Amino acid sequence: MSTLVFLEHHGDELLKGSLGVLAKAATLGGGDVAGVVVGSGVRTLADGAGKFGAAKVYVADDAQLEAPLPQPRVDVIARLVRDTGIDTILFGNSVLTADVAAGLAARLDAGINWDLVDLVQEDGKLVGKRPALQDSVYVDVGWTSEPRIALFRSGSFDPNETGGSAEVEDVAVELEDFSSAARMVDQAHEESEGPSIEDAPVIVAGGRGLGGPENFTLVEELAKALGGAVGATRAVVDAGWYPYATQVGQTGKTVAPKLYIACGISGAIQHKVGMQSSGVIVAINKDTNAPIFEFSDLGVVGDVHEVVPKLTELVKQRKSS
Amino acid sequence: MKIAVCVKQVPEGDSRIDPGTKRLDRGGEGALNAFDANAVEEALRLKDSTGEGEVVLLSLGPAKAQDALRKALAMGADRAVLISDDAAAGSDLVATSYALAKALERESADVILFGQQAGDSDGAVLWAAVADRLRLPVVSQAAEITHAGGKLTVKRQTEFGYDVIEAPLPAVVAVSDAINEPRYPSLKGIMGAKSKPQETVTLSDLRVEADRAGEQGSRTEVYALNDPPARADSKKIDDDGNAAQVIFDFLAEKRLV
Repeated sequence: MSTLVFLEHHGDELLKGSLGVLAKAATLGGGDVAGVVVGSGVRTLADGAGKFGAAKVYVADDAQLEAPLPQPRVDVIARLVRDTGIDTILFGNSVLTADVAAGLAARLDAGINWDLVDLVQEDGKLVGKRPALQDSVYVDVGWTSEPRIALFRSGSFDPNETGGSAEVEDVAVELEDFSSAARMVDQAHEESEGPSIEDAPVIVAGGRGLGGPENFTLVEELAKALGGAVGATRAVVDAGWYPYATQVGQTGKTVAPKLYIACGISGAIQHKVGMQSSGVIVAINKDTNAPIFEFSDLGVVGDVHEVVPKLTELVKQRKSS
Repeated sequence: MKIAVCVKQVPEGDSRIDPGTKRLDRGGEGALNAFDANAVEEALRLKDSTGEGEVVLLSLGPAKAQDALRKALAMGADRAVLISDDAAAGSDLVATSYALAKALERESADVILFGQQAGDSDGAVLWAAVADRLRLPVVSQAAEITHAGGKLTVKRQTEFGYDVIEAPLPAVVAVSDAINEPRYPSLKGIMGAKSKPQETVTLSDLRVEADRAGEQGSRTEVYALNDPPARADSKKIDDDGNAAQVIFDFLAEKRLV
């Protein structure tokens, strides 16, 4: 088995999700694991990938690859796969990688399985584990030919710093005309304060039940006391109460912190899909019939405006004692 | 401007997977995939903004997917093409994108729109595969589309904020559900939909080779269906004024504070 992991980066860092997939790939056995970094001025990132389990890192470093657009990446990886005979290509899911992986599947006529939470060797076959129908069923999926492409749900694996070093190899960059037709004209990045929501060990999230944007301070204070990040539902992001970067759910981030506290969140499927892999889920909602209680470890039927400040106080007291 | 919208019929209400075929049971009532309604709405908006053109719907599915197409026609689309063929059953992304691309080639639309995901399979990748087959630029997660001077300007959400991307026509765009509020069909629209052209084509009409469709044309398979891992026993309490303490003790017991 010859595995390639797409190493996505933002700014000067490889994303944790990609490094997690790299760690997973290293456990599958049967040959070395390679990574590929695609961008402009990304050579130093390649060196860093060795520390997380890549034996080899292919680098496509070209000014034309600066913007995080999918189609030029399809060109680079398709060529690399054809040239090297790589048989398995793995991606951690993101806005960018979903489009790269699917474009690549078409280009190579390669089978693609997505939203996987695990990948294992069973009876000499590679088997992907895919939760389906709002995670009510886990489907074992596979591939009937090579190359195989897999896209993992974000947060499925943790990176593993092995401290090794990777052999770095440059790859040629030759783009199709249509791949460079779309052009990035502006990027406005919201650099949120505090720990990023995907890396945070604790997330305190607020929904419509908070009553108004001003009440997000309740959530912020509890998050601060717990050393965690603030999350929000799509409903409150759509209503303009809180920034999109904090949105948890099917159309936002998929998170899996050790602790998730849902404040005034009903637990619509859209939200559930983004947070149900959390270690411990605590929900506070005044509606006893809220679906969130069906997948919470501890549910409190009560008023968030009463319960949350009291809990924040208790956590603060514990810290100062 | 000619706009093609790729739509999908999904099962109404709770879905199930047929344990025999390991495929989604498509036997019950069908509905228009909710995310596709945003794409139809955006197509109608784009057509209105240019003052002329056509919105054509494309779908791959069983014969009764006509119902979902009729709902989109009632919203205001002009006509519908359904690719329906027993040989297409069980098609995965590789096969589906191939058949759709063949149908889209026939239409030569200026803009090809997709909804951001399918409500049944949670698939959120088809457009990029179709765009690659058609050798057209693709932009996904569109939250705003403007059209001027033969190109589209798309604003979209990513994990890091907002991108603005320009693409020359023809182009493939997948819209997010933040882009608009889909209209409800009016009574007039519903009545009018019945007389709009609804064409059904087979794979051979599209010159899709037999070995590129259905299971034969697919590169993935389903081995087994399993129960999801169960959550440990959960508890639920009513706040009697002491709930914060209960939560705190629970977190302390789990060593989370």
